[in-house]
Amino acid sequence: MLVWSRLGRGATWALLALLAGVVYGLPAAMIALASFSGQWNGVLPSHLTFVHYIHAVEGNSGSQLRVSIVTGMLASAAALASGSWAALALRGMLPLPRRMLDILFFIPSAVPSVSVGLGLLVAFSHPPVLLNGTIAIVLIAHFVLISAFTYVNVSAGLARLPPEYEQIAESLGAWPGYRLRRVTLPLITPYLIAAFSLSFALSMGELGATVMVYPPGWMTMPVGIFALTDRGEIFSAAALTMLLAATTLAVLVALSQIPAKASAR
Amino acid sequence: MASVSVPMGQRIRFDMRNVWIAPPLLILAVLFFYPLSLIAGVSLAGGGHSISLSHYTAVLGSALFRNALLHTIGIALASSAGCLALGFTLSLILSFVPFPGARILARLIDTFIALPTFLVALAFTFIYGSAGVLNESLMRLLHLPLAPVDFLYSPWGVILAEVTVYTPFVMRPLLAAFSLIEQAQIEVACGLGAGPFRVIRQIILPAAIPALLAGGSLCLLLTVNEFGIVLFIGAKGVITLPLLVYDKAIQEFDYPTACVIAVVNVALSLSLYSLYRMIMSRFGGARAGLV
Repeated sequence: MLVWSRLGRGATWALLALLAGVVYGLPAAMIALASFSGQWNGVLPSHLTFVHYIHAVEGNSGSQLRVSIVTGMLASAAALASGSWAALALRGMLPLPRRMLDILFFIPSAVPSVSVGLGLLVAFSHPPVLLNGTIAIVLIAHFVLISAFTYVNVSAGLARLPPEYEQIAESLGAWPGYRLRRVTLPLITPYLIAAFSLSFALSMGELGATVMVYPPGWMTMPVGIFALTDRGEIFSAAALTMLLAATTLAVLVALSQIPAKASAR
Repeated sequence: MASVSVPMGQRIRFDMRNVWIAPPLLILAVLFFYPLSLIAGVSLAGGGHSISLSHYTAVLGSALFRNALLHTIGIALASSAGCLALGFTLSLILSFVPFPGARILARLIDTFIALPTFLVALAFTFIYGSAGVLNESLMRLLHLPLAPVDFLYSPWGVILAEVTVYTPFVMRPLLAAFSLIEQAQIEVACGLGAGPFRVIRQIILPAAIPALLAGGSLCLLLTVNEFGIVLFIGAKGVITLPLLVYDKAIQEFDYPTACVIAVVNVALSLSLYSLYRMIMSRFGGARAGLV
């Protein structure tokens, strides 16, 4: 306790309420309100409606939700496989090459997403590998951007793993494959789930690379939301943003409910 | 087989284990480093085959590019400073003047990390936009003919949005660092007559410096790379490097120019990333409260 007087504490909490309310509460409340508003000419909307949500789940916007979820799931699964593989493979290496490779695997997350998209356009727009205009280029862009975060999460889990379990398994004669499947992976399951959750959330909100590479038939929600605001349909955009946020948070909550078989303590 | 010496056998096993890194490394090389190197190639050669710096001199000399570079750096510095100030204040109150529900509030603010960044930019148009709640209220209250508040379409709008979005990235390490400070130490200092500001200056701030440096450098990196907020606010005068890359490549199909700007942008990001790595290794990930 840093402030002892009642008055001082009250004033401090009032400051907190004001800051958190203006910076976080107000934007969240306003976008929710806008998504329900039928007409908004005065200070507050004149009447509320569900029509923007109905538009959002049927027609074009409905397919964008499906595209975003499919993209997020596929890219996150691929990133989880590749990131975990890299983190596991790096464990047995000497410190110096390990540190250098560690930096290499993390670099994609430090590069602006627009540049990742531009690179893919430049590299795969002509034969022999023509990916421009396909769904694959969107999946690749998402995979590249999120794989670094998966790698970091899984590495963190492995670094906290006590070495005894694996050593005991090895001394009892467990083969490396068996040891990985039955000891190491179950122990780092919470980190694998956290890595997948973060990847999925990042992929659902990805805009910079997607807007560079998406083909006409594979528009993700963020690109769709930008198209709506660009046309001035900001209430529909607000409804779609709410839907995007709700879907992301629902998947994150569902993933956090998965019971980890063994926790790495 | 019996003649194979032990060290030799160990070396073979060591080499075999290192082979496992090849598949993910190959994927990374083909999908990330190869495209990145082609950006550098196009920026030097353009559509032709001769290598020259002509694109660089043309782009780097243009007012549009210099403007974008200055905006990018200025917005990133101001946003990061704002994130540090707001993040420090919020974490300080949440940790040291706690109340029932403080943890829940911290969790709620943390969920903003999982949400797309443009959400805040879009929300701001409903609050601070020319027809937003704030302007409508002021115009009605004060009988003004025009919207009095128009900072949203200036760099300040982008900065305020970025502060909102990236403050949780500062609060995470700060809350972790604050939880390591002995509450007894603060109570003793208060008991000996130190006021709250003296306790903050002499006990809390020194303990928070690694977390502030780590969070601040991460914010710099993220705000330099930010694209969604700038695109959604869409102010004519506020163009940053990522937005300029998008404009040149997608709106104008001018790939050589886009590639030159992307090279500068990537170089800027990578130097900020090395700053972040340096701070993390100097203070250690655990002490800075980041993994």
